Amino acid sequence: MPKVKLPRKSTTIDMTAMCDVAFLLLSFFILTAKFKPSDALAVVTPSSVQTKIAPERDVVLITIDKDNKVFLSVSDVNKPQKIELIDAINTSKALGLTDAEKANFSNKPSSYIGVPFNKLKSFLDHTPDEIKPDQLTGIPVDSTNNELADWIAAAKTAFAGGKMNLVVKGDNASTYPAFQGVKNAFMKNDEMKFQVVTNPAAVPVGSELYKANMSRKG
Amino acid sequence: MAELDTSGGGHKKGPGVKKGKKLSTRVDLTPMVDLGFLLITFFIFTTTVSQPTAMKINLPKDVQKPEEQNKVKASAVLTIMLAKNDQIYYYEGDDPVKMQPANFKGIRDVILDKKRRTDTADFVVVLKPSKNCTYKNTVNILDEMTIDGVKRYALVDNVSPYEADLIKQTEAANGVK
Repeated sequence: MPKVKLPRKSTTIDMTAMCDVAFLLLSFFILTAKFKPSDALAVVTPSSVQTKIAPERDVVLITIDKDNKVFLSVSDVNKPQKIELIDAINTSKALGLTDAEKANFSNKPSSYIGVPFNKLKSFLDHTPDEIKPDQLTGIPVDSTNNELADWIAAAKTAFAGGKMNLVVKGDNASTYPAFQGVKNAFMKNDEMKFQVVTNPAAVPVGSELYKANMSRKG
Repeated sequence: MAELDTSGGGHKKGPGVKKGKKLSTRVDLTPMVDLGFLLITFFIFTTTVSQPTAMKINLPKDVQKPEEQNKVKASAVLTIMLAKNDQIYYYEGDDPVKMQPANFKGIRDVILDKKRRTDTADFVVVLKPSKNCTYKNTVNILDEMTIDGVKRYALVDNVSPYEADLIKQTEAANGVK
C-alpha cells in the first residue's frame, strides 16, 4: 500500500453566520408576536375540536364568568359602533349619561358593561381601573328581566349595515341558566347564529370526524 | 466548531520581556445557536397556537304552533340529559323511565351505537341541559355532536318536571348528592 498520508484538513466550521441567522429569525418572530392585553375578566374557556379561528373585529362579546355574571364588550376597533351603542342605550332607557361617561365606554380600550341599567350611570362615572369585576353584579339575564336583550337590540342598530359577530365566551364553571339567559336574549332579537369561544383541541383519533377529515384530505 | 478568535495577533518579543504564556480564548458558539433555535421554535408555537377557536351555534326558530315543529320519529331519538357533577343520563325514544347513567367518556359509544342502529335520515339527538350542569358540559356535548358526525341535534331548554324528578330519584338511588 502506498504510504500516502492524506493531508488532514481542519474540520472546524465557523458558526458565527449561523448564529446571526438564528437571531435574525428570532427577532422577526418576536416582533410579529402580538401579545393580547390580558382581559380584565378572567375566563377559562372549554376546549373543542373546531378549527375556525374566533373573529377579532366586528365582535360583540358576551362574557359569562364563573359566578354566572354576564358582561358585554365590543371589539376596540369598532369605535364608531361603540359610540352609537351607548347613545342608543342612553336614549332608549333615558339614563341621562354625560358625554364624559359615554366616552368612558366608547374611548377606553377593553371597556365592558357589567351592571344593570339602574347602576350604569355610576358605573361609567368611575374609570375602569378602579372597579374590579368581582364587585359587579353583571347584566341581568333572568327571564323576568333580561336586560341583555335590550343591549343586543341596541348593538343591532349600531352595527346595522355591517356584519356583527355575536361571540359568547363562557367559563367552564358557569352553570346552564346563565347561558340560557344569553341564548334567550339572542332569540328575542331574532339573532339565531352566534359563536362560542373555545380552546383548540385535537380531533380524537378514530372518531367519525377524524375519518371524515382523513377522507377529505386523501 | 465555532470560534471567536480573541487571542492576540502575533507575539512580539520585546527586549527583556519574558515570553508570557498567551492562552487562546476560543469560544464555541454551538450552544448559542441551539438556544437561538429553541427560542424561535417557542415563539412560532406560541403565536400560532394561542388563537382561540370559535364554535358556531345555530338556534332553531322559536315556533309556538306544534304542527310547525319538526316531526321526529320517536324510535330514532336519543335524548341526553346533563345533570350536575358531569353526570349524563340518556334514554331512547319516548320513555324517560328507562334512563341510563353515563359519563362523558362513555357517551361517545352510546351515540355511535344508536347512530349505527338508526337510519341517517331519521337520527336525532335531543340535548337537555339541566339547571345544575356546567357550561363546560354543554360545550363538550355540542362538541361531541361534531366529533360523532351527528347531523341533526337540538338543544332544548325544558327538562320536564317528570324527568327532573326521575333524575333526582336516580341520583338518590345511586347516592349522588
